[in-house]
Amino acid sequence: MRRSLQRITPQLLTLAALVALVTLFFPNFISISYDGTRFVGPIVDVLKRSAPVALLAVGMTLVIATRGIDLSVGTVMAIAGAVAAYAITSGFGLPATLALALLAGLAAGLWNGCLVALIGIQPIVATLILMTAGRGIAQLITEGRILTFSNNDFAFIGSGTVYGIPFPTILWLATAILVAALMRRTALGLLIEATGINRAASALAGVNATVILIAVYMASGFCAALAGIVATADIRGADANNAGLWLELDAILAVVIGGNSLLGGRFSIAGAMIGALIIQTINTGIVLAGFPSEYNLVIKAGLVLVILVMQSPNLSADWFYLKTLISEQRTARAERKEAS
Amino acid sequence: MLLSITSLSKSFVGTKALQGVDFELAAGEVHALLGENGAGKSTLIKCMTGAYKRDAGEIRLDGVSIDPSSTAEAQALGIGTVYQEVNLLPNLTVAQNLTFGREPRRFGFVDARAQRTQARAMLEPYGLDIDVDRDLGAYSVAIRQIIAIARAVALSGKVLILDEPTASLDAAEVRMLFTIVRKLRAEGLGIIFVSHFLDQVFAICDRVTVLRNGRKIVTEKTADLDRVRLISHMLGRDLEEAAHEHRKHTEAGDDQRGPLLTFEAIGRAGMIEPFDLAVGKGEVIGLAGLLGSGRTESAELLFGVRTSDSGSASDQHGRIAHGSPREAIAAGFGFAPEDRKVDGIIAELSVRENIILALQAKRGWMSKISRQEQDALAERYIGRLDIRTSSADKPIGELSGGNQQKVVLARWLAMNPRFLILDEPTRGIDVGAHAEIVRLIQEITKTGMAVLVISSELEELVAVCDRVIVVRDRRHVTELAGADISTDAIVRAIAQPEAA
Amino acid sequence: MTINPRLYPLLTTIGIFIVGYFLCYLQFPNILSTRVVGNLLTDNAYLGIVAVGMTIVILSGGIDLSVGSVIAFSGVFIAVMLRDTDLPAPLIIVMLLVITSAFGAAMGWLIHALAMPAFIVTLAGMFLARGAAYMLTIDSIAITDPFFAAIQNAYWLMPGRGRLTLIGVLMVVVVLAGALLAHRTRFGASVFALGGGEQTARLMGVNVGRTTVLIYAFSGLMAGLSGVVFSVYTGSGYPLATVGTELTAIAAVVIGGTILTGGAGYVIGTLFGVLTMGLIQTYLVFDGSLSSWWTKIVIGMLLLLFILLQKGLLRLTAFGAARA
Repeated sequence: MRRSLQRITPQLLTLAALVALVTLFFPNFISISYDGTRFVGPIVDVLKRSAPVALLAVGMTLVIATRGIDLSVGTVMAIAGAVAAYAITSGFGLPATLALALLAGLAAGLWNGCLVALIGIQPIVATLILMTAGRGIAQLITEGRILTFSNNDFAFIGSGTVYGIPFPTILWLATAILVAALMRRTALGLLIEATGINRAASALAGVNATVILIAVYMASGFCAALAGIVATADIRGADANNAGLWLELDAILAVVIGGNSLLGGRFSIAGAMIGALIIQTINTGIVLAGFPSEYNLVIKAGLVLVILVMQSPNLSADWFYLKTLISEQRTARAERKEAS
Repeated sequence: MLLSITSLSKSFVGTKALQGVDFELAAGEVHALLGENGAGKSTLIKCMTGAYKRDAGEIRLDGVSIDPSSTAEAQALGIGTVYQEVNLLPNLTVAQNLTFGREPRRFGFVDARAQRTQARAMLEPYGLDIDVDRDLGAYSVAIRQIIAIARAVALSGKVLILDEPTASLDAAEVRMLFTIVRKLRAEGLGIIFVSHFLDQVFAICDRVTVLRNGRKIVTEKTADLDRVRLISHMLGRDLEEAAHEHRKHTEAGDDQRGPLLTFEAIGRAGMIEPFDLAVGKGEVIGLAGLLGSGRTESAELLFGVRTSDSGSASDQHGRIAHGSPREAIAAGFGFAPEDRKVDGIIAELSVRENIILALQAKRGWMSKISRQEQDALAERYIGRLDIRTSSADKPIGELSGGNQQKVVLARWLAMNPRFLILDEPTRGIDVGAHAEIVRLIQEITKTGMAVLVISSELEELVAVCDRVIVVRDRRHVTELAGADISTDAIVRAIAQPEAA
Repeated sequence: MTINPRLYPLLTTIGIFIVGYFLCYLQFPNILSTRVVGNLLTDNAYLGIVAVGMTIVILSGGIDLSVGSVIAFSGVFIAVMLRDTDLPAPLIIVMLLVITSAFGAAMGWLIHALAMPAFIVTLAGMFLARGAAYMLTIDSIAITDPFFAAIQNAYWLMPGRGRLTLIGVLMVVVVLAGALLAHRTRFGASVFALGGGEQTARLMGVNVGRTTVLIYAFSGLMAGLSGVVFSVYTGSGYPLATVGTELTAIAAVVIGGTILTGGAGYVIGTLFGVLTMGLIQTYLVFDGSLSSWWTKIVIGMLLLLFILLQKGLLRLTAFGAARA
């Protein structure tokens, strides 16, 4: 527990610094009030709006841990949203609607997983196919319109509150905690990491790498479907054109900000969640702090650059040297203290 | 001398790959460079071709001291290399590969017609009349090899290094290659020939230099050498030396003896001819043979890394499936592969996680091995195998080679397999760890576990094995048992199947 | 005479285009008119140009996600410079091309120096270019410069009243130049070598760093040129334009028969990839009853087809080599 906390310390510090920075420009940023039915305030807004990216990032973390990438999640959001809206307007009940949407996500993940694990297509290429074609499929379902609905139970998923807390917030937090628990309470986490670091050696040790790979893409599809449901419920309509558009990039960004290497291996869902919060804090903060939202992308570019430098294998030797230097100094200081 | 190398040394972190190696190559000579894996052949070649920077020593070409810092520079100086995995681009055409970097140009653009003509002219001396507009990848390895030679000769023209050129050629193709090598020799090229096929060495080479553990052992005229002496140079055995300590066959109790597994007609076309193998309880079987003889391939078929074309495996209860590593593991097999770094360890995972990985995979993802049990397992095997690590949570990649090997061994011991296959378990590890692993093999068989050991270290095989199977030219040729096992006998069997 | 197997993907691409065109012709004979052909070239000019740059990048085994943003930036840059300064239009265009080439070169340098995947480096470039476009303006700015108007109205009236526009011709010229660069220069050979394997390329004497920088600089140049063409085509600069064009370009390259892992393909193929995608859209316009989303689905199916085809071809040639 302490180790995993230690691992996400840089992310936590970044988030804290960002919040402090935004508060400096917009003092009300951290104020939260209760209006009788729900909590309101910019922070609550951040927590709510980060739901889609956070949900996508949960699945994306697992995919990236296997040295893969899933470009199709934004599109899968649109498909799941379209399926959900179609089902609810066709008179299916809420449970059946949700089940259908989630099934669509799982099917999309199965498709990606098979292309990657069985046919052996590189992940970026394999998921590009669904990324391109999927939006067409979503539009096919909605017949190109924004498919609106008026089911309040369904809308609750997007805009309802429980004990004053926005339901999307609860949903993404619960998903993240459940998945993280599933990974760490069972051996899945270890098996995924082993597969990501060295698929050949893992297979020789008896790990069923093929099934693991398919499973992570299905998990990613499932999470994307959840995100799609939230997005659709929020606007009470499925917009096949714009739902989840470019969110795959934000999700990947959240995962790497969370300290997960694009080269696979050790992963931290908590880190990715903080990554998602960082992205949303920037999005919201820039507007609130009175900056034009145009700065948003430039800041994101800067963030990616910082991560690139941190993760670069060419520079990792230098980082290692720096780290040992600091720890040596620290021990030397401690020894001096002891001596005196 | 065309090329003379004096007291060349090269170290990597932790290992001395080359120590004071001397080497000479005359113009118009084919000079074999021999040695088992890790002997230093490829390091020596890489120092010559500029891929590595040497630590000490001198390389003189035509009497001039050279110090190439890149392959391109070495090429320009006159040293061309043809690697085992052909160092040309399969996605370019033959003509593009042959003229790469020196394409004929007209008005600044590559002149395709001149390129074609030039490529054909380059291949002509080799009697190769092929469509130079096809992708290189469309041609067989033998033809690619000749194309690579043509390019290297045209580019460099003084020294030609052939690194395992015949590894994947058939007999006719080897003859074709040798005709070319003889022709180039007659033209005055100095040719270094690296191979583990001794027949070929004797067929084509004028002189032989043997490396072992980073040192030069001997340079001799091929005509003055016989196979047995050559092999003993390579494997480090002096035949005159006295008999060695033998495995104490009586150590295991009688109740631990008896048949365990029977493999029948296991084989795969192009890898190894079908072979039978009976494994007894508590038995240690050795697989001896030179690199590329089919040792590793035999192990891979037994463990299901590749599937066998035919044959079956059975125990006292009947047939068992071993068509994939998972099935083999379920049948109670374990396999510590030859290339530890690539196929064995999961570098970024901790020692503990590496130890429990196979056990966890077998139990399934839902029944996670509890942290206490993990710690207990790690602690037990760190103690039992004397794995030197500051903590069980240290990433295995940071351990030394010997300790990594012990962790891989621990991974399988934790499974308590009935049949453990160890491919070169002592390669690249220091002497102390070496002895411990040998002792360990002795120990684990006391419980009835059978072990199959593949090793180039004959002494090791003699010390631990109840039986030694000799593999040669992708065939299990001889079996030695009990008192018949000696380094002498193994060397003879590897050298001449008839005499054994 | 036997057909060189390396031509299979290209021939498939051209075959699909011709068969597709023929099928469309059977239903709508008008589709063969010079008017439609001219529009096909004009409408896809910016895509064709940027796809040429993408082809070179993909041939080298890389990817460039920044091009859509760079096109948008180019349009905005031109529009803002024309509005706010008195600089002549040609000079602005030259300035722009220098900027986008330098931008690409910087990404190439980062990819090489940091040894990081091109995917993530150019993702940063994508954010940066789009952000820079936003910072210049968030509105759509009309371009009223006479120079641009002149280019916009430059066309040759073909028999049958079809218009062969200057930008359409420019696209074809760029494709031919790209083909020359890829298949008839040492730089092109180095690009293919990189795509075949960086290690081997280095062994064969390729200067990997320099080649990588040049590849992305070329892609940046093409994106800039495409931005010029796009601003001529739309007559405006808009920071939200051409979102996702990088993916359309990648799709065009793959449908054009280039292998996404690099090392094999033809620039000419990319032209047919672009035209095939344009044909699908033209067909939908002619049909009128079919909906636009079929474009995406058909493109996705074509992508899958080509990726599987290449996978199969790779196995086939490996098999053939083993048997030969």
